[in-house]
Amino acid sequence: MKGLFKSGDAYIWMTGLSLMFSLLMIAGLLFLIATKALGFFWPADVVEIKLTNGQVYLGQYAGNEAIPQMGDKNIKEYRTRLKIGNRDLYGLDFTWVDDDKIKSAEFPKNAIVLERREWGNFYGFLKELNINGNIIPGESKEAFSQLRGLINNANKINGKIHHIEKSEIGDINYKIENLRLKIRGLELSGNTDQAKVRDLNNKIKKEEAKYKEKEETLSTLYSRLNENKVVMSSVDGTDKTMPAGTLVRAFEPNSMGFFAKLGHYFSKMWEFVSANPREANTEGGVFPAIFGTVFMVIIMSIVVMPFGILAALYLREYSKQGFFVRLVRICVNNLAGVPSIVFGVFGVGFFLYGMGGIIDNVFYSEALPTPTFGTGGILWASLTLALLTVPVVIVATEEGLAAVPKNIKDGSLALGATKFETVWTVIIPSALPAILTGLILAIARATGEVAPLMITGVVKLAPDLPIDGNFPFVHLERKFMHLGFHIYDVGFQSPNVEAAKPMVYTTALLLILIVVVLNLTAIIIRNKLKKKYVSSAV
Amino acid sequence: MATYEVRQEIMSEIEEKVKTETAPKQDNSAIKPNIADPVVEVEDLNLSYGNKQALYNISLEIPKNHATAFIGPSGCGKSTLLRCFNRLNDLIDSCTVSGEIRINGDNIYDHAVDITNLRKRVGMVFQKSNPFPKSIYENVAYGARIAGINDKSQLDEIVEKSLNGAALWEEVKDRLDESALGMSGGQQQRLCIARAIAVEPHILLMDEPCSALDPVATGKIEDLITQLKENYTIVIVTHNMQQASRVSDYTAFMYLGELVEYAKTEKIFLNPAKKQTEDYVSGKFG
Ligand SMILES: Nc1ncnc2c1ncn2[C@@H]1O[C@H](COP(=O)(O)OP(=O)(O)OP(=O)(O)O)[C@@H](O)[C@H]1O
Ligand SMILES: [Mg+2]
Repeated sequence: MKGLFKSGDAYIWMTGLSLMFSLLMIAGLLFLIATKALGFFWPADVVEIKLTNGQVYLGQYAGNEAIPQMGDKNIKEYRTRLKIGNRDLYGLDFTWVDDDKIKSAEFPKNAIVLERREWGNFYGFLKELNINGNIIPGESKEAFSQLRGLINNANKINGKIHHIEKSEIGDINYKIENLRLKIRGLELSGNTDQAKVRDLNNKIKKEEAKYKEKEETLSTLYSRLNENKVVMSSVDGTDKTMPAGTLVRAFEPNSMGFFAKLGHYFSKMWEFVSANPREANTEGGVFPAIFGTVFMVIIMSIVVMPFGILAALYLREYSKQGFFVRLVRICVNNLAGVPSIVFGVFGVGFFLYGMGGIIDNVFYSEALPTPTFGTGGILWASLTLALLTVPVVIVATEEGLAAVPKNIKDGSLALGATKFETVWTVIIPSALPAILTGLILAIARATGEVAPLMITGVVKLAPDLPIDGNFPFVHLERKFMHLGFHIYDVGFQSPNVEAAKPMVYTTALLLILIVVVLNLTAIIIRNKLKKKYVSSAV
Repeated sequence: MATYEVRQEIMSEIEEKVKTETAPKQDNSAIKPNIADPVVEVEDLNLSYGNKQALYNISLEIPKNHATAFIGPSGCGKSTLLRCFNRLNDLIDSCTVSGEIRINGDNIYDHAVDITNLRKRVGMVFQKSNPFPKSIYENVAYGARIAGINDKSQLDEIVEKSLNGAALWEEVKDRLDESALGMSGGQQQRLCIARAIAVEPHILLMDEPCSALDPVATGKIEDLITQLKENYTIVIVTHNMQQASRVSDYTAFMYLGELVEYAKTEKIFLNPAKKQTEDYVSGKFG
């Protein structure tokens, strides 16, 4: 034993063990999230469970655990959790079934899962379809494929409605709003030219007429959504009539083959990353949150890089090294340790109310008292994060600059280059890999922050993306969605926490993936640069 | 008896050291050659790093289109003196200079002097090769680009001419776009020479250019120096006595920040006027 410590082997073992421990923790974390998340999209079979007391349940298996016993620890009894859906009928999506009360479990081939726009999934059997007044009984062969056809049509109509509401009517609204603001601006500036105001009012009228037209189209579309009806019966015999327009997807998991299930799996996955959220974010996709997260990180990088690099350049290359510079350096390092919510508070005080207030007064006075920039928005959130991550960039850049050999600087100066030329053409390129390392660290930190965002511009549901077809196309004042906040909101703020749980894991996995992708991109660029600038040494 | 003699010798050496250190002005009679056509004239140069004086009353003249070598033991101020000629010492905050250095008649320590312009006229090759982390081509073109030349054909011409001048063209003409850091040490040093002569300086300062190289590479660079001195004025610092005697026409011996003896190279090596010089070149101390 003594020899082991003396020879130093013990310490090698210790270092190895701690490394292994850290790796295990990371692997465990990823494994947990990945298994929980990736299973979410799989169309599990639907089981019909009959209990000894005559109760029947139809649903998807969702776990099994020992029943918590009050007294005797030795009694081991288990219970099964079922997702039975039909929230409009039962009130709850999940139920517990004691294993010893189960009489039989079957997998009926014709059990159908319906995804709906409201009330979550419906589990049951198709009773009949009402297509333009024609009744098609559920038992008929083509009933299921017709159901699918109905849903497809309804989805198309819903898509159209969405397009009209969001883009077309959105455009009109935007134009009307702008015209109104122009009139208000004229009034504010004491304009007396009535012709101009009349002209603008006429334009508004025109837009309003267009708006009417669109509304009419919309109402016909809406009525078409309700034309066709689907009648389902639940396993306990209750019938439920639903307009086809309220459905999103129908499938019969028990009669699907492996590849059909796989197809379903990937289509669900695609929906998750590309669609808007539904039902208080617990269903549908997270596309706006992905977009918001990435866009925010990009703005942050664009802001933080020049600032960080210039600050580091000044500290390392231009300032006279001494007490003051050391003090600044210590402050910068400490800034990196300040809790992020503090930066958030600063962002609210300085960016939102301070700068935002000024911008509103100067450029958007006609919209007041409604704030434009004087409220949370993606620009302010990005700037707050930039502030949060600038110390990281400064420290990494400074290290990179310090590592540039002095004789290279001398070489450049000896050729008659000025200090600026030397910094720009020799020093920065040599330090670029280190600078990018700083950016990678900054991105990693920024993507994971939620707290400061919650008070500077993130919302649970943002109606519009920060980029769209309306001039000026990039709307930095808009509020946005963020994956980190989405996790918090779905998992802990939604009315139906149980049903949202898998969504939490999936979103978490997605967030990890995005961090990895952003970092990988930066790492690849860095390695390319490294190869370009620093191949082999002598 | 023998021990006594050795002690005597050590004592006298110590005495001499003490004398030179405590009374540095003692020796005004540093022996100097007559130089007809001086490019650099140093007059009463004193230089200190903070409180520590590194050069004492240096006065010398460097002849045009010849190679002049600075020799002397480590720490005697050879590099310091060399770096005064292109004012690279300005980068060191604590460094203060008094006296005059005239290049082509103009005092380079005058306030009106444009330092970047001076450095374009006085090129430098460093002890450790220091190519920029760029391609071979960009390394050589660097000075020209700084000087505002951006025309591709003109740059091509400069790069080829300079690489030829540094006897490197044949070796690298097919890989001009590769990183300079992928070259061998000797090639890198010749690249640095090419880079320095690309801006067509009048004077080329070389601070131990061969100290990190093997004999073959050293030989190449020595040949190069012999060629270059037809068009450039070369000042070279070296620790290698053979090298000094091979490449230089004039040699200056420095000791503890002072110029001890300055003469034609043959004279320094064959018939030095001072005992210190003789001891040093014959390898008795240093
Ligand atoms: N940047 C500096 N700051 C302070 N002192 C310095 C600095 N550079 C050199 N010195 C001092 O100045 C003296 C002369 O140094 P210098 O580098 O000129 O010697 P050298 O003759 O070139 O020696 P070597 O042959 O070892 O290169 C030395 O005592 C050295 O310690
Ligand atoms: Mg030296």
